[in-house]
Parts: sequence; C-alpha cells; structure tokens
Amino acid sequence: MEIKRTIKYEADRVPGFGREVMSVPGCEALEHCIQCGTCSGVCPLSIYMDYTPRQVMELVRSDFKNEVLRSHTIWLCASCYACTVECPRQIRITDIMYELKQRAIKEGVYPPRFPIPVLAEEFTKMVRNHGRISETRLVTRMYLRTHPLAALGMAGLGLNLMKTGRFSLTQDRIERHGEMEKLMAAVDRENGKADA
Amino acid sequence: MKAKRDEVRIGFYVCHCGHNIAAMVDCAAVARYIATLPGVVLSRDYKYMCSDPGQELIQQDIREYGLNRVVVASCSPLLHEHTFRGAVTAGGLNPYFFHMVNIREHDSWVHTDRVLATEKAKDLARAAVERVVHHKPLEIKKVPIHPDVLVVGGGIAGIHAALTLANAGKKVFLVEREPSIGGHMAKFDKTFPTLDCAACILTPKMSEVGSHPNITLWTWSEVVKVDGYVGNYTVQIKRKARYVIEDLCTGCQDCIAHCVYKEPKFDDLFNERLGKRKPVYIPFPQATPQVVLIDPEVCLNFKRNKNPDGTPVVSDKCKKTCVEACGEKRAIDFTQKDQVVEIKVGTILVCTGFKTFDARRVPAYGYGVYPNVYTALEVERLVNASGPTGGQVVLRQGTNPDGSPKNPRSIGIIHCVGSRDKKTNLWCSRVCCMYSMKLAHLLKEHTGAEIYNFYIDIRTPGKGYEEFYNKLLEEGTHFIRGRVGEVTDWAMTPEEEGKLVIRVEDTLAGVVRRIPVDMVVLATGLEPQADADAVRRLFNMSCGGDGWFLERHPKLAPVNTFTDGVFLAGCCQGPKDIPDTVAQAGAAAAEALALIDKGYVEQEPNTAHILDAECSGCKSCIPLCPYTAILFDETRQKAYINEALCKGCGTCVGSCPSGSIVQNLFEDAEIFSEIAGVLADEPVAAGRPGNLTQAAIP
Amino acid sequence: MKYAYFPGCSLKGTGRAYEESLLPVLRHLGVEVQEIEDWNCCGATAYMAVDEGKACAAAARNLALAERTGLQQMLAPCSACYLVLNKAQHYLNEYPAMRRVVTRALDSLGLQCRGDTAVRHPLDVLLNDVGLDAIRQKVTRPLTGLRVAPYYGCQIVRPYATFDDQANPTTMDRLLEALGATVVHWPLKTKCCGGSLTGTLPEAGLRLSYILLKEALKRGADVIATVCPLCQFNLDAYHAKIAARWEPVRIPTVYFSQLMGLAFGLAADQTVLHRSMVPLRFQPAPVART
Repeated sequence: MEIKRTIKYEADRVPGFGREVMSVPGCEALEHCIQCGTCSGVCPLSIYMDYTPRQVMELVRSDFKNEVLRSHTIWLCASCYACTVECPRQIRITDIMYELKQRAIKEGVYPPRFPIPVLAEEFTKMVRNHGRISETRLVTRMYLRTHPLAALGMAGLGLNLMKTGRFSLTQDRIERHGEMEKLMAAVDRENGKADA
Repeated sequence: MKAKRDEVRIGFYVCHCGHNIAAMVDCAAVARYIATLPGVVLSRDYKYMCSDPGQELIQQDIREYGLNRVVVASCSPLLHEHTFRGAVTAGGLNPYFFHMVNIREHDSWVHTDRVLATEKAKDLARAAVERVVHHKPLEIKKVPIHPDVLVVGGGIAGIHAALTLANAGKKVFLVEREPSIGGHMAKFDKTFPTLDCAACILTPKMSEVGSHPNITLWTWSEVVKVDGYVGNYTVQIKRKARYVIEDLCTGCQDCIAHCVYKEPKFDDLFNERLGKRKPVYIPFPQATPQVVLIDPEVCLNFKRNKNPDGTPVVSDKCKKTCVEACGEKRAIDFTQKDQVVEIKVGTILVCTGFKTFDARRVPAYGYGVYPNVYTALEVERLVNASGPTGGQVVLRQGTNPDGSPKNPRSIGIIHCVGSRDKKTNLWCSRVCCMYSMKLAHLLKEHTGAEIYNFYIDIRTPGKGYEEFYNKLLEEGTHFIRGRVGEVTDWAMTPEEEGKLVIRVEDTLAGVVRRIPVDMVVLATGLEPQADADAVRRLFNMSCGGDGWFLERHPKLAPVNTFTDGVFLAGCCQGPKDIPDTVAQAGAAAAEALALIDKGYVEQEPNTAHILDAECSGCKSCIPLCPYTAILFDETRQKAYINEALCKGCGTCVGSCPSGSIVQNLFEDAEIFSEIAGVLADEPVAAGRPGNLTQAAIP
Repeated sequence: MKYAYFPGCSLKGTGRAYEESLLPVLRHLGVEVQEIEDWNCCGATAYMAVDEGKACAAAARNLALAERTGLQQMLAPCSACYLVLNKAQHYLNEYPAMRRVVTRALDSLGLQCRGDTAVRHPLDVLLNDVGLDAIRQKVTRPLTGLRVAPYYGCQIVRPYATFDDQANPTTMDRLLEALGATVVHWPLKTKCCGGSLTGTLPEAGLRLSYILLKEALKRGADVIATVCPLCQFNLDAYHAKIAARWEPVRIPTVYFSQLMGLAFGLAADQTVLHRSMVPLRFQPAPVART
C-alpha cells in the first residue's frame, strides 16, 4: 500500500489568485458560492473530472492556483453553460472555466500533446492568419500535432465527409487579408502587451 | 418681530452614540461650531443623549439657562424623537419647541470621510437651529380607540391572535378568505419535532373560535376597503356567496350525499388536487364553520356563462336533490349574492400567511412532467389518514406486481426548492429542513422505503430540532449534501429503468451520483401571497424587497407596522414555523391590547388647517386628500379640514393654488429657514440682527 | 423583413446543408437576407479559452460590419456564432474596460461598433417575425407520421435566452408541429452533444452523443431535428465509433430547415438530405389545398 500526504500548507496557496479571477468580467459572483454542487450535478462531463466544478470553484476562491490550473476539469468543460444557467447564485461558471483555461495556456501548464489546448491554439492561429476556420483542415492539423496515428482512425470519417460533400482542405479566408492580425495586435497593444 | 427673535434661547446637543457617530463625526467640533451661531446659548457634545443622564442634562439646562428651544443631533427621530420630546416637556417646555437632527443614519453610517461627514453634520445641525427658531407650541390631541379588533386571516396565527384577544374580553372579527379557517396547518399530517398530530392540536382551537361569544367569524370573505386611522378604522368586507345560508346550515352534509353527482368529480383543492369533491362540499371533515358551500363553476344549477356583473347565472336545470335533502332547513339559496358589510374597529391584525413556491418554476426537477414528482404539501395529504388515499402512500403512476397502485420503494426528498436561489427566492424558508425530515420519517413509517434527503445545509435551530435530525440519522435515512442538478427519466443502467433518476454531486464524498428512485418529493419554500402587494396597499403597510410585509423594526418592533394600529403576525411577515408563528400572534395580540386598554391615542399635531380668509373655495384640494379629511362648507364657500382625520401628509398644502393651507411643524418659515440653513456656506444668521448672547461652551 | 446574414465558418464547411436548406426556406417565406460583407470567424468556443479580449474583438468586427449594412437585425443560424455574437454584444455593453479595448482595436481597422444590432436566431425570426400561421400556409406536404426529437443543444438558449425558455425551449417543437410532424417527449433537448470533445476526448464526448441518440431511438423518434452544425456533425458522423464503444444507435439527424423544405415541397437540391451520413428516408405526401 502506497500512502500519500495530502495536507495543504499556506505556502501552497497563491494569495490573490482568487481575487484576480473574480475581477474578470463574468467571474464576479464567485464570492457568493455556497458550495451546493448544482454545477457538478448538471455538468455532463463532471463524471470524468479530477475535481468537480464545485471543487474548482472552492480551490479558486481559496487561492490554490497550481491545483486548479493543472486540473483536467478546465479542459473537460464543453461550454454547454448548464452550470451557469442552473447556479443558484448566478455564478458564470463557464466564464470562470474560460478564464482558467486562458491562464493555463499562458503558463503552459498542461500535458504535452493534450489535444484540447492544441486545438484552441490552432484555432486562434487560423483566425488570426486567415479570418475564417476551415474545419476539416483545423482538425487535421490538431491530430498531426497530438496523435498523428489517431488521425488514421479518422480516415473513415473523412471518407464519409467527402461522400456527402462536406470535406475540404482548402483554406477559406477573409478578403481584406491582414485585418485580423491588425485587430489582434491592436487588442494586445491596448492591453499593454505589444510583444505578445 | 425683532423683539420676539431676540427672545430665542437655543440649547444644542450633539450625541456621540458611542462610536456610532463619534467615529465618523468630530462631535466636539460640531458643538463648537454651533455655539457660534446666533441664538444658541448653549452647545454641548455628550456620549449618549438618550441615556437618563443625557435627558436630565436637557431638563437641567432648560431651567438653568432659560432655554426655550432645544435641538438634538443624534440618531433617527423614529427612534428617539419621542424620548427627547419627553425630556423637553419634563423640563417645562412645550415638546414642539424641540427639533431633532439625524446625523447617524443620514451621516456617520453612510459616509467614509470624517472631515466631510463632520461638515455635513454642521450643515444639518445649522439647518435645525435655523428652523427651530420658528417653532410654535402645539397641543397633542387624544383620540379614543374603538375597542373592537379585526383579524385578517384564519391560519394558526389569526386563530391564536383572535382567541387571545377574545379571551381578554375584546370583540374580534376574524375574516378568512377560504371556506374554513385552519390555513396551511390544517393540511399538515404531523408537526415537527414532536410529531404530534396537526389536527389534534389545531382543531380544538378552531372550534373554540367557531363558538367563542366574542368572535365573529366570517369565512369565504375578504377585506376590500380600509378607511380611517389608528383607533378608528372603518373596514368593508366582502362576504362571497356560498349559495348556502350560514345560519340555517347545520353541517349535516345530507346535501352532499344527495347531490346529483353520485361520485366526487372535481379537483379537491384542500387535498392539493390529489382527491375529488362534489359541486356542493365542505373543505375537510373538521372545517370551521361546519357549513357547506356550492361551487357555481361546476354546479349543474348554474350556467357556465356569467352575468355582466360577474355573478353566475342560475340555470335551474338541475333536479336540485340537494335542496330536497336539506328539506325544512331551507339552507340552500341559489340566488345568494356577494355582500359587502362594514364594520368599525380600532386595531387590525394582519395574519395573511404565505403560499408555497410553485415547483414548476424549477423545470429541472420535473414537477408537472413526471407524475411521480410530488410537492411536500401533496405528501402531507398523502400520508394523512383523512387524506385522499386514507393515508396510503400510493404513486400517481405505476403498479405493484399484483396490479395495485404502486407503493414507492425508494424516495428522494429534495430540499431548498425555490429557496436560497437568486433566480427564484434568495431567502432560506426556515421550515423546509425540518418538514423534510418529518416527511422522511413519516414516509419511512408508512412505506419502509429507502429515503434520501438532498440538502445544501441542514438547518435545525429550534428546541428539539437537532435532536430530531439525530433521530432521523438513527433511522437510517440517507443524507446527501448536494443540491440536485436534475430529475430525469432516462436510464443508463438496468436498475435505473422505469425510475426517476436524481443526478447530484455528493459534495461531502466529492463524487457525482445518479440515484434511481420511485418517488421524488420537492421541499418547496415559502413565498409571499400572490396578492401581497394589493393587501399591503389595503392596510397601508410596506413590503421588503423580497415581498414579505415589513415590520416596523426587525428587532424591537417585530409585530408593528409603519401604520399605527396595524399589526403583523405569522408567515406574512416572513417564513417561520408554528411555535414562532404562535408566539408572534400572541405578541401582536398583546400590542393591540395595550393600545385598546390605554383607551386613546395621542395624535401628532402636524395636521394642516386652512386660512379661512385666503381660501378661494376652488375645491381642488378635496379630491387630493388620501384620507378624505377635507370638507366643504357650502354656505361660506370655504374648504375646511377635519383635523381628526388629517394624517399630516402635506399633499393639500403643496397643491393649494392660493397658498391658504398651512401645516403645523411644516410652515413656510420653518421649511425655508431650514433650507437656507442647510445651504448656507457661512453661518446664515451671521448678519442677523439682534442682541444675541455669547454661547456657553461647557 | 430583411436581415444582415452571418453564415459563420461551419455553414460554409461541414454544416453547409444548414445554409443550403435554410436560405431557400427563408426565400420561400419572403424573408430577405443580405450576407455580411467580408465577415470573419466569430471566435466560437475555442477563442474564449485563449483570450477573451481578442475573442470579443473578433466578434465585434462582425457586429461592426453588420451595422454598416444599415440593417437593424442580424441573423446568426449557427448556435456557437449566435452565442458568441450575443456574448460580445453583452460584454461591450456591460464592461466599459472591455468596450474601450475593443473600440480602439476596431478603430485601427476604421470600424465602429455601436453594439445595438439585434443578433437573432432563425427559430426566433421564424416564430416571432414570420409567424406559425404564415408557415402553415406554405406547408404543401405535411410531415404526417414523422416522429421528431427536437434537439436545441446548449448554446441557443443558454445563457442568453431571449426568445425561448432556458430549461424547456419549445419554439422548434411548435414549428415542427406546424409542419405536421409529431414531436416526441425527449427530456434531453438541451443536453450537450459533447461539442468539440468528440474529437479531442472521444471517450467523454462521444458518450454524450450516444446518450442523445439512444434515448431518441428509445422514445420512438424517426429523426432528430437540430439547429447547430456541431450538434448535427456529432450526431451524424460518429455512428461507427459509437457502435463500437457501446451499441448501434442509428437515427438520422437533420437541420430543422431541411424538414421545413420537405414540408414546403422544395426540390431535393434545396432540402439537401443527401448531405447526412445517416439518411432520412421519408417522403411526405402532398395534400390538395383548397
């Protein structure tokens, strides 16, 4: 039998983390959480999570930044908004999950080859460069970066998409090339991080 | 004019109220500043002006310094104006030579900058000093109190209050909207935590009400109009047509037995629509009064259309076997109409109760979609021996293996339905934890089923309540801490087939669970009555933001309202259990008794009067008066005000085109000098002429 | 009735059947649409996970372009686009700091966004602007006997429900009934299909699609009607994988607009049923109208 120490010391907290998250638009109401578990109860993905959504809320509020940003939970959120709609304290839990994903991506604290952040990254890159998403192209790129072999398993699906006229590898793009890049650069500038 | 002003000798007092004011206002500085104002002969700051020494200080100063005006800057006049007027009177002055400034609620409690708050206190105090100069002596009038009492609502609160008052020898009118008194309590099976039968403890009180010589009981009746003021209310009550003459009906119920409908066919509201009744019915066996009534919506002797005035049209199509059965008693009268009766009372007790939260508003729990989802009140009737199933817990849907209606083998009780939720009601309804546990116990006793309670927090703050929780734990009832996400009917495992599935996070174990059950019980919370706002207007009360009637003070005047002579008791003021309701009803009755036995009320002399010479007789003020206090003298073509009816609202004063209406304590000179005082940067009276004494700073 | 039309990327790609069937139906009902010039990706669910400000700016560029059309109303058929555009609108109007950043960023493109275009879903427009009576009048081949499970998915009613009930939406139910179809009781109408997790974490994502398909079949539905390209994809494209993991649950999933075209008697190239991998085999019979 292996035993593991699970105690949390104050040094494990990152004081101010909870406050910071709560200051983001949509995340203010977190301070009203009564830990009732409705979010977990309605979340269709909670059954796969290492921390339930409710536990994530408490970990955020208690400044356990490292635990939260490394949890699977934030990546399993499918943005279905069931928790947000049902929460008796009207906490926008989905928006908090988005905020946590953003922070995890910025800090690079997710498993390598983990497809969800990779998809998000490829997605934003494609929007920035072309202004539009070509779905089949996007998914193919994601597979190539994460599980190249699994892409083979998707061949049948690709074939079916072709048969129904829904498969395309050409990149759709906006006409005024460069506008998206310019727009994103302007947002960065406004947020005071021109080098990002 | 000049000479009179010179006589003014103002004493000013600023109260620290411990730290309440002193922490944010430099009281000594305020006192020093006010001392410099003309007319002020004395200016002090003191820790607690409302204390006995504080009051004595005022009395002493009046005598010693010959004060003829007193200003106190402290808390809200609502709290201590009465106290200080008393002190001023004891000091030998007319109490209306006193004025009070609120520098606590209006200043120290609501500001965060000490310098600015101190300046504001000076401004407010200066305004009062300016105003009080113009005050005049006024006389308090005494108005006798009518000793009769109106109690509105015949639930346990109204019943208890009515009996308390009636036993003290007062005449009580008890008005109830439903056909019987008893309220929600009459529907309960047992009461927590003692598990005594609700009917056994309630029905003796109900029949006592029914037979008490001092109580006039009017059920199936509603208050429609309230006029007057404390001590002298005139109330109109609509007595809805029962189509049965109350005095002639003996409650034999032969008419029900002989109704042309052989079987009950219509929704029985008393049984939460779980059972049926006939068009002629009595709501429940122990109903008080024991008088039947006829529902014209379904009775065959009425047409389905209505007369223009909304009354039902008699068709005379029925064989009227009820009338035959009633025989010589001749109690049935299809031509009966709603009647409005008028009574005079001195005090009113509002005990109008609550309604339960509509479970359909939480669609995730499937009430109204899945037949085997019940509200707690439905379950109260289901476990009750006189309920629609005779106390058998059988489900709306499903059968046992032998083909009989299904008995549940597993039951989930969901707490906090509609409560503690910003989307519905944010408040905790206080009784649901306890009644849920009571129902858990009763359902276990009746069915032997596995019982699961789903709760956010268990709240048992009452005598014997935590012990009851402990008993439930002993009985093997499951308690799962988690607010249920949803109730559905789709199965993921074989044992879930055909069941209602509750999906919830067991927050103490930290796992999401799916629990299949046969029956779901929703512990719906308590809400203000649907017409609470209309009732509030009727009795000139206030509602809090949540819709419950507002007590005058949450701690110190919990059964008073902002209208003198109108008192509150029971759940109309907020959710509470039976012990608290009865205690509050007793308190409200005692407050009413105190008023009645005093015999009179003192009337604020802040009434308006008309300057006869200046009244043009235009009558424009008459319809504006909310208290119908303004009358018109046809011979002299002048309006005049009945000061007994005037409440001092000032509406007529502001509206009179010729400026001929004057209100005591709000005369133009008083108001304008107060405004000038509050706006002045420099002491207003700096240039005021007059021989003013240098103020003493003790 | 004229609307600025925001198709979104999916309606030009895997969800093309949605656009191909919706536009003829709208035309048939006399609803005019004008595609927004040079629109860009709304940002979808992925962008929010990377940078909220940029996601909002991307969406706001579209709102600004829509405002340029001079039309007050914008039609966004894809659920993700509908949600994101509404959300951006909401952020711009509720969070001044966000508005400042976005306004200045748009400024660099010479665009302005007032944030007052109503972003609307076709179901909203069909029920509230066109009206069920007008729709009923166009039905020449009622879908009598077709049992439909109406699937709303997550993002059109949550969290910015404006035209329907969040917990129990009924607009599509009423629309389908107007077409003559039978709506089955299926309490999963707003449950999540798995979203992009079907591709990134199939174990978790596909399970959700499986439950939807299984329960629709169990409740006797012939077809699932959807409003979202991603839902349609998830419920249509993964049958082999679902059968391998759990059990075969073959039932077609089509856009509600395809069923409308069918009931209106539109041509096969306007109902585009051949774009589904699990085909809907149902031919409604024409009724003589008097």
